[in-house]
Amino acid sequence: MGEVLDTVLAFFGWLGARETLFWAFSGIAVACAGMCITRRSPVASALYLVVTMFSLAVLFALLDAQFIAVLQILVYAGAIMVLFLFVIMLLNLGRPGPSDLKGPWGLGLGAALSGLLLLQLGALGAAGPPEAIQLPEGAVAALQAQQGVVGAVARPLFSEYLIPFEITSVLLLAAMVGAVVLAKRRL
Amino acid sequence: MTLLGPALAVSAVLFALGVAGVVIRRNVIVIFMCVELMLNAVNLTFIALAQRLGIQGHVFVFFVMAVAAAEAAVGLAIILAVFRHRETVDLKDITLLKG
Repeated sequence: MGEVLDTVLAFFGWLGARETLFWAFSGIAVACAGMCITRRSPVASALYLVVTMFSLAVLFALLDAQFIAVLQILVYAGAIMVLFLFVIMLLNLGRPGPSDLKGPWGLGLGAALSGLLLLQLGALGAAGPPEAIQLPEGAVAALQAQQGVVGAVARPLFSEYLIPFEITSVLLLAAMVGAVVLAKRRL
Repeated sequence: MTLLGPALAVSAVLFALGVAGVVIRRNVIVIFMCVELMLNAVNLTFIALAQRLGIQGHVFVFFVMAVAAAEAAVGLAIILAVFRHRETVDLKDITLLKG
């Protein structure tokens, strides 16, 4: 009886381990991204992309970025994807029309280009950052424990990166005005 | 255990999928979603590297999200404006700049 219990507990320990969760949600993210680029209906594409973004939020949380994970759900899955779905509904593109995939030449070109890019990115990732500039392991987690998860992001944001932060507000204002001007029938 | 290598690999795969989507699709809205997918892949790279290179990576993800939100708003407004003139979102029929 005890052995069975141990096996079950070990299974749940394995299930809850960081690596297991990471690979599981990576798989979901990649699979749903693949579905997103191949579905004929834009609504299905958008919903698969939402699942990808939720999985990415889990990956962010596993990589010690809990605040960014919450922002990912709020901003991407919440705001941006709702905007996409809203426009799809507004243009009445909900039902799948004739396939908009390109012909065999276009598909071949896409596969070749993305495969080449994957090779390049793989080589780049294998190189990795040099040891000399890396912080000791767990340094970011220690900083977060000391200043809080939000504080650790907010402190550089409002000191070193204050000017970019202010410029972002101007960018958002310009985008807002631009969107209204473009989408309005007549001013 | 920082999972740096696996995270970079996943991010590379997601970015390549985004590029493939932009190349093989003709629906403007789906292409736009693929661009968002690429931005997300880059965000994953930033987060993965921030574990060993400093918390500033998180700040950059914050800026990328702000730019992505602005881009989505303006881009979708452009799509709306084009749809109003052409009644289509298929790139095959939007060839104003083609010689």
